[in-house]
Order: sequence, then structure tokens, then C-alpha cells
Amino acid sequence: MVTARPSTSSATQARPLPIDPAARRAWDIAATVTDPEIPVLTIEDLGVLRSVEVEDGGAVHVELTPTYSGCPAMDAMRDDVVLALTHAGYADVDVKLVLAPAWTTDWMSEDGKQKLREYGIQAPTGHAAVRGGPVRVRMAVKCPRCNSLNTREIARFGSTSCKALYECLDCLEPFDYFKVL
Amino acid sequence: MSDEHDIDPHGEVSVDRIRLADEYAGESARHGAVASTDVAEYAMRLGDDALVLAQHLGDWISRAPELEEDVALGNIALDLIGHARSLLHYAGTDTGRSEDDLAYFRDEPDFRNAWLFEQPNGDFAHTIARGLVASVYLVELYAALTESTDLTLAAIAAKSAKEVDYHRDHAIQWTVRLAGGTEESRRRMIVGIGDTWPYVEELFRDDELVERLAAQGVAVLPSSLRAGFDAMIADVFAEAKLELPTGRHAYIAAGGGRQGKHTEHLGPLLAEMQVLARAHPGASW
Repeated sequence: MVTARPSTSSATQARPLPIDPAARRAWDIAATVTDPEIPVLTIEDLGVLRSVEVEDGGAVHVELTPTYSGCPAMDAMRDDVVLALTHAGYADVDVKLVLAPAWTTDWMSEDGKQKLREYGIQAPTGHAAVRGGPVRVRMAVKCPRCNSLNTREIARFGSTSCKALYECLDCLEPFDYFKVL
Repeated sequence: MSDEHDIDPHGEVSVDRIRLADEYAGESARHGAVASTDVAEYAMRLGDDALVLAQHLGDWISRAPELEEDVALGNIALDLIGHARSLLHYAGTDTGRSEDDLAYFRDEPDFRNAWLFEQPNGDFAHTIARGLVASVYLVELYAALTESTDLTLAAIAAKSAKEVDYHRDHAIQWTVRLAGGTEESRRRMIVGIGDTWPYVEELFRDDELVERLAAQGVAVLPSSLRAGFDAMIADVFAEAKLELPTGRHAYIAAGGGRQGKHTEHLGPLLAEMQVLARAHPGASW
């Protein structure tokens, strides 16, 4: 059995190691699946694709990790991974959702963050913080359109689990912010 | 293996070929872990707390004071459903039941949630007061359970801990805002807290099951979470200029949810949650 797994260094957290070609080929196919709610991001960009294993007989085992526990897009992403691999000729594909280690926005690739901004969603700012007391200190969130830091939070919860709603006080446009987790 | 960009996931491949048996495999299937009877009972308690609260919160969608709160309470409910799915899936490994079997085909005396979670939504301040108690308790619980010797419970706790932290922020912000808002919002917040407080004590009650499991490092003793809960509530109440309830609100409800004894509020909630699945058993869509 050969495995493609993201390396553990933080700079390349969402990237596969360029190892065995069979696992790598299956990984590259699985990695084309996108988030149905943020179609510019692949599951590789998100850091949701955790590992791909190919057995000698050709069976493929994929591990995904959910962004949020109740995220309804997970079911679609899981099904799309099975369909993409099946369509590419793998007859035996199974996908497992794994919870540990828990997903963090730190796993989102720099490519992915850039694509998010171009799409009009501000990418997570900074890294997941270790939280202590009741007081939250948050960094200013930059407007993805005009880059102003003069923005304010409209709502802590947005159109999907992973987003909050902001508005820019300079260009006056509202925008989504992908929350740090 | 032609051009990957040509892949149409909804094209030639039938969805029948998806192996849904592995649907929410999670850590338990990965390690082949099957919960013991004790662990299953414990997971069911935690899963039922999350499930019942989520079902209540769903009622607010389209009825909250502002659109943003429809979204916020709906999102919190969604996270809780996620926790419930993981926990009930694990609980079901003991008896070969699925998460849906446990959610839809158990009767009231088989539910193990504490009374707090089944208390009605009331007005918005009641929902915030219940959410405050629930989220401050759950933050303490999942932080401690992350260290569980049971790998499945530890994994679920590590995932859930990050999410309930955000729920706690939401509840704290609204508690402070309502208590410091108008005379009417402050009055309602105080009533909401008074009506909620009798259900606090049950959350921190130990019994033989948790004592057995805590001795093995599997469960967290509820009583061990009380100091952290009290400290956080004291901070929030100081900020909001609120006081702990006294007088008739200082009583302690009997409790008994962990043994399947419930208040009159759980039955109607289950009836609504379960009616479709029971009318059409085995249906899928």
C-alpha cells in the first residue's frame, strides 16, 4: 500500500509529498474536486483532502476531514471524490471522514487564499489562536476589493458555517470573511 | 485518465455506486473502535444534549429578532447536529444501530440529555440564557475531554471544542448587549437567566457511570467542570452587571435526564423531530 499524505511542515500543510506515482495520480484526481459552496477552492486548497492510499489491487482509500462538524457541503465533496475517481477508472473507492487532527484554516494553501480574495471573500487573517479568557482580540479584516482596513463586522455568522459577514467603510461594499478556526 | 477537467461528476457514473455504508466513518471506523456499553451510554448523553438543543434552535429560523440571528442560531444548530452525528454514530457501535436509528427511533425515556437542553426557547433572552449556560459548560467539557484515553471521544471533543468556543462568544455578546440595552431588554435577560438557572446543577452531577469511566480516563467528571463554569459566568455577569438568581429562581430542578426522566418539553420536540422518519421508515431523499 502506498500513501500520499500532506507533509507536516506548516508552509506546505495542504500539499502532497511527491512520492509513489500511483498514489499521487489518485491524489491529483481527488484534488480536482471543489467546494460546492465556494467553487473556486479545491478540497486540496482547503486542506480537507488529508490522504490518498492505493492498494496493489487498485482499491483507493481517501481520507477527508470536515471543516465544520455540521458542514452540509462535506457530503457533496465526499460523493464528488468517489465519482471523480470512479469516472477516472478506479473501480473500488472508499472515502472516510476523519476528525483528528481537527481541521484548521492554517491548512488552507496560499494559492487557495489568493483565489478566495479574487473571488471576493477575504481569506482567514493570521493563524488559529490559542484562546484563553473571555476577551477576544481580533485583527482588522481587509476589504478584498479595495484593501482598506477600515471595515467592520456586520454579523459573526454568515451564509455558511465557515464565514462571517463584514462591510467596508471606505468602498461601502459588504463582503464575506472566511473565519480563522 | 484523460483530461481531469472533463470530469463531470454527475455524468455517466450512477450514484448507486457510492458506498454509503462508510458515510460517517470517522475515527471509530478508522481504528475499528466499537464503544463498550458504558462508553456508548456516555456518548449518548453528550450526543443527546447536542441533538435536542439543535432541534430547539432550528425553530428560530425565520423568527429571530433580525435576519443575522436566524443565520447565527441556524449555524450553531448545524454545528451541534455535527457533534450529535459523531457522538451518536459512536454510541450506536455498541448495539449495531446507526445515528439515525438513535435519533429517530428511540422514545422519550431512552433519551439521555440533561433537562437544560430540552427547556423551551421562550423569548430571545431565554434562548440566549440557555445558550450561555450550555456553551460555557460545553467549552469546559470538550476542552477536558480532548485528553480522554478513548481516541474517538478525544477526536470528537477536539473538533467540537473549537466550535462551541464560537457559540460561547455569541451567547456572551448577547448577554452583555441585552443586559446593557433598554430597560425592557435588561428585564427580559434577568427573567431568562432566572428561569434557566434551576437547570444548571444537573450538568455537574456525577453518577456511577461517569465515575467508572473517569477512573479509566475516558470520561470527564461533571463535578470537575463546575469551577471553570462558575469563573466564566462570574466574568460575564460582572461585565453585564448581572447577579446570580436568588429567591424563587435559586431552586434546583430535580433533573434525571441522564436516567431517562424528562420534563414535559421533550415529548413534543421529539414528536416533531421524529414524525417523518417514523411515518416513512427507511425512506431516503
